Amino acid sequence: MARITAGVATSHVPAIGAAMDLGKTEQPYWQPLFKGYEYVRQWIKEQKPDVIFLVYNDHANAFDMNFIPTFAIGCAPEFKPADEGWGARPVPIVKGHPALAAHITQSLIQDNFDLTVVHKMDVDHGLTVPLSLVFGQVEAWPCLIIPFAVNVVLYPPPSGQRCYDLGKALRKAIESFPEDLNVQVWGTGGMSHQLQGPRAGLINQAFDNDFLDRLIDDAENLAKVPHINYVREAGSEGIELVMWLIMRGALNDEIELKHRFYHVPASNTAVGHLVVENKKA
Amino acid sequence: MTTKPYHDIPGTIIFDPEMAQLGYHLNQFANSLMQAANREKFKANERAYLDEWAMSEEQKQAVLARDYNQMMQLGGNVYFLAKIFSTDGLSFQHAAASMTGMTQEAYAQMMLNGGRRPEGNLYKEQNNG
Ligand SMILES: [Fe+2]
Repeated sequence: MARITAGVATSHVPAIGAAMDLGKTEQPYWQPLFKGYEYVRQWIKEQKPDVIFLVYNDHANAFDMNFIPTFAIGCAPEFKPADEGWGARPVPIVKGHPALAAHITQSLIQDNFDLTVVHKMDVDHGLTVPLSLVFGQVEAWPCLIIPFAVNVVLYPPPSGQRCYDLGKALRKAIESFPEDLNVQVWGTGGMSHQLQGPRAGLINQAFDNDFLDRLIDDAENLAKVPHINYVREAGSEGIELVMWLIMRGALNDEIELKHRFYHVPASNTAVGHLVVENKKA
Repeated sequence: MTTKPYHDIPGTIIFDPEMAQLGYHLNQFANSLMQAANREKFKANERAYLDEWAMSEEQKQAVLARDYNQMMQLGGNVYFLAKIFSTDGLSFQHAAASMTGMTQEAYAQMMLNGGRRPEGNLYKEQNNG
C-alpha cells in the first residue's frame, strides 16, 4: 500500500526562484536563506519519495478571473512551468501520477471534498520554487508530483479547519492506494507578507513563530483560527498559510520535527520551512 | 460596500467577490500581458490597447498612471496587476514600495530590518475607521 512518510512546508517566494535561476544564491542577501535549506537537500536524497502531493496556490497564472476553483487536483501526466509574464522558469517539466491522482480524486469527493479536476494546467512559482529549494538545479525532478492548487487569491479561501480536515481525508485516500509508494505531502506559501496597499511589507515574526510551534504540536486548535486573524496579523497574502494545514492533517497526530527554519526577508516576505516525519508505529 | 470585519484593517484592500466583479475587465486586461505579443502592443500604444477592453475610464487612468493603490480600489488584484509591472520590467518589491509611498531604497531597508512591524498596523484608528 502507499504510505505517507513525511511532510515539508516552505514559503514559495518568486524572488527565491529568480535568485536560483540567475545564479545569485551566494550573494550576501540570499546566502543565509539558502543555508536554511541545506538540511532538506541532504534529507530528500535519503528519503527518495516516489510521489509528492504538493499543495500550493496558483497566482493568477493557470486560473484567471473566469474560473477560480477552491481546490483543484492535477490529474495529467505532465505540467509545464508557467510563463508568468517574463518567460517560463528554466526548470524541468513536472511529471504527474495520473493513477494516484484519480484514486485521490474519487476518495476525497466521496468523503465530501468537492474537488475541481484538472487535466491541463501550467504550474507557477508556487509549485516550482519549493521543488527548486528542495532538489536544487536538476535536469529532471527525481520523483512524480501531484499538484494540488488551493484558491488563496480571491477571498475567502477555504478555512484552516477545512484544509486540516481535507488533509485527514487525503491521508485515508493515499493509504488506500494499492501500489507500494513512498508519498510525501508538502504545504507551501506564507509566511507573513503583504504585497499591496500602504501596509505592504508587513511582517509579523511573533505570529509566524507561534504558527510554526502550533502546527507541530497543537494543530487541532491552530485549525480553528479564523481568516480574519491571518489577514489582519500576517498580511493579506499571509493567508496562504492555511495551505500548510493540509500537509499537517495528512500526517499522523504525532510527528517528529527534523528541521525548522525561519528567515526575514526574501523580497517582501517572511520565509518559514519545516521538515517533519511521521513517527514510526 | 457592505461592512466586513476586514474593513478595519489599515492600508489593505481585500480582494473579495465584490471587488472581483468590479475588477473583472481590469484584471483580464492585466493577464493578457502574459503574452509577449500583447506586451508589445501595449507598449507601442498604451491608450489604444486599453481601449480594447471594457474597463472604466477611471481604471484606464489608474493603469496609465501606474497607480497601483487606485487600481486595487477599482477591483484590481496584485497577482493580476503583477503582469503590468512585469511588463515594465519591475519587481514585486518595486511595486510594493510604490504602494507605500516610500522610496524603493527606504522600503528595501525596512524589509532588511525585519519588515513593517505589526504594532499600530493591525487596526484602523477609531477616528478614521
Ligand atoms: Fe504565493
